[in-house]
Amino acid sequence: GLQLLSEFGDEATSAANPGATTIHIEGPSESPTHQPGLPRGSGGEEDDELLGNDDSDKTELLAGQKKSSPFWTFEYYQTFFDVDTYQVFDRIKGSVLPIPGKNFVRLYIRSNPDLYGPFWICATLVFAIAISGNLSNFLIHLGEKTYHYVPEFRKVSIAATIIYAYAWLVPLALWGFLMWRNSKVVNIVSYSFLETVCVYGYSLFIYIPTAVLWIIPQKAVRWILVVIALGISGSVLAMTFWPAVREDNRRIALATIVTIVLLHTLLSVGCLAYFFDAPEMDHLPAATVAPNQTVAAAK
Amino acid sequence: MAKAAESSGDPGTTSPRPLFAGLSDISISQDIPVEGEITIPMRSHIREFDSSTLNESVQNTIMRDLKAVGKKFMHVLYPRKSNTLLRDWDLWGPLILCVTLALMLQRSSVDSEKDGGPQFAEVFVIVWFGAVTITLNSKLLGGNISFFQSLCVLGYCILPLTVAMLVCRLVLLAEPGPINFMVRLFVVIVMFAWSIVASTAFLADSQPPNRKALAIYPVFLFYFVISWMILTFTPQ
Repeated sequence: GLQLLSEFGDEATSAANPGATTIHIEGPSESPTHQPGLPRGSGGEEDDELLGNDDSDKTELLAGQKKSSPFWTFEYYQTFFDVDTYQVFDRIKGSVLPIPGKNFVRLYIRSNPDLYGPFWICATLVFAIAISGNLSNFLIHLGEKTYHYVPEFRKVSIAATIIYAYAWLVPLALWGFLMWRNSKVVNIVSYSFLETVCVYGYSLFIYIPTAVLWIIPQKAVRWILVVIALGISGSVLAMTFWPAVREDNRRIALATIVTIVLLHTLLSVGCLAYFFDAPEMDHLPAATVAPNQTVAAAK
Repeated sequence: MAKAAESSGDPGTTSPRPLFAGLSDISISQDIPVEGEITIPMRSHIREFDSSTLNESVQNTIMRDLKAVGKKFMHVLYPRKSNTLLRDWDLWGPLILCVTLALMLQRSSVDSEKDGGPQFAEVFVIVWFGAVTITLNSKLLGGNISFFQSLCVLGYCILPLTVAMLVCRLVLLAEPGPINFMVRLFVVIVMFAWSIVASTAFLADSQPPNRKALAIYPVFLFYFVISWMILTFTPQ
């Protein structure tokens, strides 16, 4: 185990903080609340080939220690909302201003993934997109005599479906895929499902100010905003999940990251095209979405 | 429970000795009867209270409930640090406010497919589902407030926004134009702020100090969405 860890630390391109990873792996054995009866012998640590599985076992064990109450009790769900105001602000700041080469999960979440951020960021994003889409349509048609203003309340439910489906199903699929790869190839960094959801939820935060600024009915402004938001949140996702696939086959690792970023692009461009009427009535947004869809489908 | 305590004691010595002597005997042997003794006065008091409402006239009962609802309305309109809204909750006020709001947001057009405004059921779902979500959120964050108390406060604090809706409908009777919109915008913003101030006055103390902002933010979002529905309402 130690040898492999030192190898990991030597790598110059290491995206994850090696010290943090060491603490993470050695955490359960140092913890005083460790159950002696649980089957976690030293044999697993000596066996380098099993380290990937052993690590995931340990993270599960850590999670089991943290939330001791069974899942039907209210206390079990309280552990997902066990955050303070400053922690949520720190995480939001970390997702808006990513530090190059730093892992979002290890830097901010640190084995305390919360669902408060993802849930309320998604809720805010839903209403931000629906309301500012409606406002921008109103501004575009302002002054036209024939235009009759319509609140378009139905777009709230459509936005809610899209955003919540993206923020839960994509992490689920990604987590399943990483678990499956973990059973084949040794990966030192592995994330739990909650950590994946947490990263995705916080990475969507940058779209809230973007959606508000999309009210400006200028095509150039909108596309610049999309590119900025996509660059920030895409880099957060890529830097977080790159360590989890780095040990894998180069081609699969790259394909995973490209798929993550492409799905993110599809979400933002799709939202812009669907909820915000183009100022000029040409079909540029629709034409841009189509190739992305085919690429995503091919993956 | 007192009877049980007597029967468990020695039957020969029950009649002359004072009540407390028997009690002290039992508390030494097992402490469960003492616990029962503590709850008895409260329960009998409640039973007395119930029997007193049983033979009052229906008018009195309705008037008392209406008075309670009206008192809570006053508490929302003039928010103080008071526990009346929290101590005895009811959901009559929220129901009345929610139905009134949803009815006023209903537009008169026949073809409901064409108009994009919120339907009666959508308003209802947003208000109740939103209030339940906020309550669950504050409970999950570790707030010490009961589920229905929080629902009651959130429901009653819609009152300023319902008033705003009423004002908007009256203003919309006048000639439409930018001034008309400005008046509505002003009314809705003031009433939105009022709702926020009132609900935070009641709810903020129930949260640990380092999580107040996390619990208040969803409330802000909730009233903001309702304000948006009111502001964008157009008849026809």
